[in-house]
Amino acid sequence: MADVLIQSVTKRYGTVEVVPSLNLEIPEGSFTVLVGPSGCGKSTLLRMIAGLETVSDGKIFIGGTDITHTAPSQRGVAMVFQSYALYPHMSVAENIGFGLRLAGMGKSEMEGRVREAADILQLGPLLDRKPKQLSGGQRQRVAIGRAIVRKPKVFLFDEPLSNLDAALRAQMRVELSELHERLGSTMVYVTHDQVEAMTMADQIVVLNKGHIEQVGAPMHLYNAPATPFVAGFIGSPKMNFLQGPKPWASAPQGALIGIRPEHITLSQTGGQWPATVRHVEHLGGETLVHLDSECVGSLTVKVTGDLSAQAGTTLHASPRPEMLHVFTDGQRVSA
Amino acid sequence: MPTIFKGRSQELAMLFPAMACLVLIIVVPFCLSIGFSFTDQRLMPRPIPTRFVGLTNYERMFADRLFWQAIGNTVLFTVLVVPFQLMISLCVAMALNAAIPFRGLFRTVSILPLLLPITVVVAIWAVLYRIPTGPLNTIYQLFAGPEAYIDFVGGSDTAMVAIVVLSAWATFPYQMLIYLAGLQDVPGDLYEAAELDGATAWQRFRFVTWPCLRNVNIFLLIITTIQALKLFTQVSVMTKGGPNGSTTTIIYYLFQQGFTSQKIGYASAISVFFFIAVTTIAVLQRVFLKNEGEQ
Repeated sequence: MADVLIQSVTKRYGTVEVVPSLNLEIPEGSFTVLVGPSGCGKSTLLRMIAGLETVSDGKIFIGGTDITHTAPSQRGVAMVFQSYALYPHMSVAENIGFGLRLAGMGKSEMEGRVREAADILQLGPLLDRKPKQLSGGQRQRVAIGRAIVRKPKVFLFDEPLSNLDAALRAQMRVELSELHERLGSTMVYVTHDQVEAMTMADQIVVLNKGHIEQVGAPMHLYNAPATPFVAGFIGSPKMNFLQGPKPWASAPQGALIGIRPEHITLSQTGGQWPATVRHVEHLGGETLVHLDSECVGSLTVKVTGDLSAQAGTTLHASPRPEMLHVFTDGQRVSA
Repeated sequence: MPTIFKGRSQELAMLFPAMACLVLIIVVPFCLSIGFSFTDQRLMPRPIPTRFVGLTNYERMFADRLFWQAIGNTVLFTVLVVPFQLMISLCVAMALNAAIPFRGLFRTVSILPLLLPITVVVAIWAVLYRIPTGPLNTIYQLFAGPEAYIDFVGGSDTAMVAIVVLSAWATFPYQMLIYLAGLQDVPGDLYEAAELDGATAWQRFRFVTWPCLRNVNIFLLIITTIQALKLFTQVSVMTKGGPNGSTTTIIYYLFQQGFTSQKIGYASAISVFFFIAVTTIAVLQRVFLKNEGEQ
């Protein structure tokens, strides 16, 4: 277990700078999620920590030691890949123990470590199988097992759940969180899925075009997004940004005003913004209503329970004023 | 019409030209050669009619010292050329799969031998092997003195090696291209995972590349073995089976018997034996070396 310090790290491919001078501290024992849209540099940053990409400028420290130019296997990191990267010709046990075998560990000690990891991940009955005989979730567990046996200082996860179906992804999210609690290790997790980030992270790092937009606890990012990008990226459905010359009277001139779909109420009789229902999505426990308002443009509203509104009908939307997010010059002003 | 063919007249019509050629060029002649192998059929017509001779050709074949020498030479050639050719194909494929400068140019150049007719390749190598002033002997003379030379093609000990080297060079691009395709199929993540596991370059080859090429290796082993067993042109153009029969292969001996000595019946018996031997070797290779997924 160790902290990770990223100091002015830059990554260039030729003349293209994909990560410009980035600074970040990942506390010891934390579950830090790097989140952002495709191409924002999150995987590149993770691969630089792993040593699979060279660092153009800057330094990376793990547990206080400069590992910027250290070989990947000597950094004390283990990585779980999006594709699992299991050796297809090896059994589950051989896959998990491969790193230990290369390190010259004795057979009995190696078998003990493999068995221990298999017990943690409930892989015991599968140890003799080949990867192609496993389901997606089982393969992912083997990939995690391969990381666990090496007892790394830092675990790195590169979108490990993106190849799984929705149900399995939800299950694996819980399992990974439990694994983190059990091992107490430092984990760095890359995803483009803000739901994974919100549900698993102690600390979320929102990246956009190689820059860090905001770092903080999940609920802090949800409640007090520093920029419109974070406000739009964190939360599902996305935050509504009000259109029009001055959509909220008390806001400064030219400010961008956002309100989350769950912080707007709907009424048939009266409210702040009359709006026409465009589409209704029934999710069971809640309903998403998409509306068009002449005052503030398009709105999405999340209401608890079922709402039987028809497309074309007029409803009145009212925001909770204390939940408005105001941004000027791309920065948060108040909530 | 059997049920399996019902409603498939279009597919059958498209298959017909290829199947008809296959039957006319391969199946019918082979069936004829099985028939000829039990006769004293000659190449040119003669007044005495062709007679049924039973197993005489086969008995003679098994007692023929030159036949067994040809078998031995063919086996020797195969044992030498298959690993050598596959090794250089894999090495070149790995080099061309790496991120080297001018990779596209090197890839193009490396397949040139495949574009040359084998007779041209033999002519090129005949120049390289020339005594006493060919390029290879010139290099040899730098180490062994100005008068020394090796008669690569004329020596009983060196002629087969000379044929092996030129044959491997002439056709290795085919195997190399298949290896290259196989290498491009190995997921890059596996190498990165192995690197994180602490694998050296050799261990990455041994534990990732080599096992991932299993199916490619099996295919190429079978194809290259069959190709090697059919060695003819290089021998025919360069050594005529000599010196002292040291490069006479089974196909060359078959050709000599059938077309030089005009003993079509005897040559047919050799061809039937050769067909059975090649089929058996290919089947055995397939049985003992199962593809990934069949194990």
